[in-house]
Amino acid sequence: MSADGAGNSPVAMSADGAGSSAVAMSADGVANSPVAMGGDAGVADDAVVIDVVGLRMRYGTADVLHDVTFRARRGEVLALLGPNGAGKTTTIEILEGFRTRSAGHVEVLGADPARAGEEWRARVGVVLQSWRDHGKWRVRELLAQVGAYYHGYTTPWDPDDLVDVVGLSGQANQKIHTLSGGQRRRLDVAVGIVGRPEVLFLDEPTVGFDPVARRDFHDLVRGLAAEHGTTILLTTHDLDEAERLAGRVLVLDGGRIIGDGTAEELARRVAGQNEVRWSLNGDRFSRPTDRPARLVYELYREHGDDLRDLEVHRASLEDTYLSLLRPVDGGVR
Amino acid sequence: MSPVGNALRAGRSRGLVELRQSVTNGGDLFNHFFWPVLMLVTLWFLRDREFGQSGFPLGALVLPSILGMNAAMAMVTMSQQLTADREDGTLLRAKATPNGLLGYLTGKLISVSGGLLIDLSIFLLPALFLVRGLAVDRPGAWLTLLGVLLLGLIATLPTGAVLGSVFTSARGQGLLTLPILAVIAISGIFYPISVLPGWLQGVAQAFPIYWMGLGMRSALLPPEAVAVELGDSWRHLETVAVLGAWAVAGLLIAPVVLRRMARRESGSSVAERRDRALQRVG
Repeated sequence: MSADGAGNSPVAMSADGAGSSAVAMSADGVANSPVAMGGDAGVADDAVVIDVVGLRMRYGTADVLHDVTFRARRGEVLALLGPNGAGKTTTIEILEGFRTRSAGHVEVLGADPARAGEEWRARVGVVLQSWRDHGKWRVRELLAQVGAYYHGYTTPWDPDDLVDVVGLSGQANQKIHTLSGGQRRRLDVAVGIVGRPEVLFLDEPTVGFDPVARRDFHDLVRGLAAEHGTTILLTTHDLDEAERLAGRVLVLDGGRIIGDGTAEELARRVAGQNEVRWSLNGDRFSRPTDRPARLVYELYREHGDDLRDLEVHRASLEDTYLSLLRPVDGGVR
Repeated sequence: MSPVGNALRAGRSRGLVELRQSVTNGGDLFNHFFWPVLMLVTLWFLRDREFGQSGFPLGALVLPSILGMNAAMAMVTMSQQLTADREDGTLLRAKATPNGLLGYLTGKLISVSGGLLIDLSIFLLPALFLVRGLAVDRPGAWLTLLGVLLLGLIATLPTGAVLGSVFTSARGQGLLTLPILAVIAISGIFYPISVLPGWLQGVAQAFPIYWMGLGMRSALLPPEAVAVELGDSWRHLETVAVLGAWAVAGLLIAPVVLRRMARRESGSSVAERRDRALQRVG
């Protein structure tokens, strides 16, 4: 599934197995400790940068978001995962200050995005789902133009350094409408970060990327969080991306957050989806289990060296995701 | 420098970049030349015609009127560009940038007025050789021309921005064309307004096009040509009053409408418009 094979490799399973409910999954995400930050940012300062409590959004008579609550701390990378129409874009647009919410408390960098001023704007980077603007401009020209607005707030990226960072140095003097889809997307990211934002919102950032561009992009995002302490909230359909990139994953469906935690925490929450595969005398077997260590031990005791091709798959985020969504899909909305 | 000062400077460079783009790209260059050349051809056909019994060459009457009309058309350019920039997300990009809308508008004012100056020159320079009967060898003529141009731009550009905010699609902009052509037809551009029935004259005088044509004629024509005008007068006071009223109204309304429009811009509204546009094509 994952490109580097690490995604669902035979990773060490915790000794007590997955059946235990040792890891607290709080529904509101608030109690979720800094554990969620995983290893992707050695940030000492764990100030809350995004604080959403009881967010609701209603269009006409239809509720698009019900009671969405979560927090993000400085340097954290958060993925907002969910099917189409789950409310991902609406949520991110409210946080960007582009949409007025119906109810609830929303704070980004200590201010309400709906009322925040230009100084706040200078600290927030935005990469929307699709930009088609400035087609006649040249890449470097646009980065210099947008960067110019940030002087006086911060020291914006130098356009030449920035094109290097996003891997567009070969296209720096190219007109924007001649860029390929992936190059255009990298330019969008460059424009989003030109003012060295403290919070970066990325809406479906890697749609249309080839695997190499995707990996480079992931490195870029991780670097921003780790080296610059940038807090990043990204939406994605791509489970693998969420798992690799985000310290914490929020699963949004039908306007509700139905899962909040690290990929591992989410996976453990859904019981019985670890799988052990092996072969015996040319026949292949597989069995789902809560306690893979015990099963492997028993298998070995029984079959000894006849046991071949042993693999332990921990539940992938995909399994978790699907099992989280299924009851909602089947149930009453 | 203060952030606002920065945004103004960034807006200036934005306007200059856009202006440069408009003279280095085939499509835009075509637009720059299309109307001026069409107007020159019109002047060519009018070169031997005279207005009624006055014996005054029609070409001399029409040349300044066309200048005035073209200047008023900057309103349409402004409106179209605003709509286009909303459709492709340029405006949203400005909104996502600190003081970006200020810079955006500064840039737009510069690129639209600069583009207009280019268009006017493309028309005026050859036209001066085509047309006889102008009185352009006095400095006062050019000062008046500049004055009318400036006042006209202040009167029409904010209105253009309002129109651009109201129409959300290029198709909506298309709807504008017909009424504007109608106003041009009754504004005494290609033939003096005095031949029209009184009520139509009244309608025409509510719009800036007539007054900008009149102002330009007062600048470039010899004093005796005033006999062709309504009331045998250049009516400078009325010109300033009407254009001034448009300017004040535009400057009062434009910020409110622009702010309201900008507030509604979001990624999904841009995406929605794009989908609608694609559906029309498909």
